Amino acid sequence: MRIKAYKRTDGTFGIRNKVLILSTVGCANETAQRISEQIPDAVFIPNTKGCGQIGDSVNIMKRTLTGLVLNSNVYGALIVGLGCETIQPYILYEMISARTNKPVKVLTIQDEGGTVRAIQKGVTVAATMVREMFLQERVDADLSSIILATNCGGSDATSGLAANPSLGYCSDKLVTAGGTVILGETTELIGTEHILAGRAKNNEVKENIYKIIKGLEIDFSKMGIDTRGANPTPGNIKGGLSTLEEKALGGISKGGGTTINEVVRYGDRPREKGLVIMDTPGYDIESLTGMAAGGAQVCVFTTGRGNPIGNPIMPVLKITGNHETYVNMEDNIDIDASVVLRGTKSLFECGDNIFNALIHVCNGQKTKAEAFGFGEISVYRNVEVWCNKL
Amino acid sequence: MSEKKAIHMKEKDNVAMVLEPVTAGDVVCVIRENKAVGRIVAKDDIAQYHKIALTVFKSGDIIYKYGEVIGKAVQSIETGEHVHVHNIQGVAINDAH
Repeated sequence: MRIKAYKRTDGTFGIRNKVLILSTVGCANETAQRISEQIPDAVFIPNTKGCGQIGDSVNIMKRTLTGLVLNSNVYGALIVGLGCETIQPYILYEMISARTNKPVKVLTIQDEGGTVRAIQKGVTVAATMVREMFLQERVDADLSSIILATNCGGSDATSGLAANPSLGYCSDKLVTAGGTVILGETTELIGTEHILAGRAKNNEVKENIYKIIKGLEIDFSKMGIDTRGANPTPGNIKGGLSTLEEKALGGISKGGGTTINEVVRYGDRPREKGLVIMDTPGYDIESLTGMAAGGAQVCVFTTGRGNPIGNPIMPVLKITGNHETYVNMEDNIDIDASVVLRGTKSLFECGDNIFNALIHVCNGQKTKAEAFGFGEISVYRNVEVWCNKL
Repeated sequence: MSEKKAIHMKEKDNVAMVLEPVTAGDVVCVIRENKAVGRIVAKDDIAQYHKIALTVFKSGDIIYKYGEVIGKAVQSIETGEHVHVHNIQGVAINDAH
């Protein structure tokens, strides 16, 4: 199946055309934002951290920021740093430039001599980049170039019956068309590891599935948290879920039923096509950020209670299986999958509707979150060591 | 008495989820992919989206939903009874220990 998309120099295709003003540290956020305010067509990417980070957090931040710039929806990026932060702006620039020849520039507030000069230079650089970006037109592309992020948030009893399994049909259809689907949220995979492992392409994938799920469970138990004992929650039980497996199966149905071809770290780009698992946290904004860094050009997000979030790099299409939620939050939710529970459409037909909506979004149609200009972003950081000792 | 509906996710499944609150004695039409695949009489009151047994279970019998194992019966369950935490439990939970 064909779509119209923006061709990148590395041969990949983006469904949006964006110039990022990427801050490497909280200290540079305000200056970077002032630059983006002068260039309304550029996208400001604030950093919630970038300094005072240790251990794996540093590596995760570096590879996630790199991945966000490498995302095919991105035409180019201006990296704006302070200068002395943990995430060294010039080193980040080198890391990114080694992997792409798309336009990337860097400046630091300390080297430019303060905010005013940094803004002056930043505006000049970003304005040029945006002008060049607008010369690009959509061209014919194959749907197999698409990496779809799947995620759920604010789930309720309808999620596992309507929204997630309908999305599963859409995921299977994209995989059949040669595309890639990312299933994440490792916390919600607990209880289905044996089922996912049984669908693994090979032993390595199987071992990696156990590694991320069992590893997370061990981390939880070290903190005195019994995931299996705590799930299903009293709210889940009230909604009709009887066991942890039942709850988790409703969640993983988003990814469809195809073979699992790879397991990737948070923020890493899949090498394989088809269904891929990314090790992402339960906090939706961090999960989506990791998938965008992994190259996902579009996200389908299922919700029961309703959720407004978007992402600055990939469009986020919202689906609910709860008709009351759809009516209540129609300005935030794109598709009402409750037709499945009212007996007017089958899961397969509803999955087809989601797939068709996905194609429209790939061709440029805005999602409701995009129409609001919503672009929540936050990079997962796994180690926080200071304070809290009293 | 009006007919109620329950959704059957996969052919292999031996439970379905009622789409509206069901009262004991109600006839429940089981639908899969928008087609009626059977009718059963509810033996319990069952809350919306909760599971109804489509067959008879002995203690230890496996419960299937999404075509996968979601647990096993811990007591015998009659066709049309409410299937929930009082009569089933997870399987993986026990395997983990």
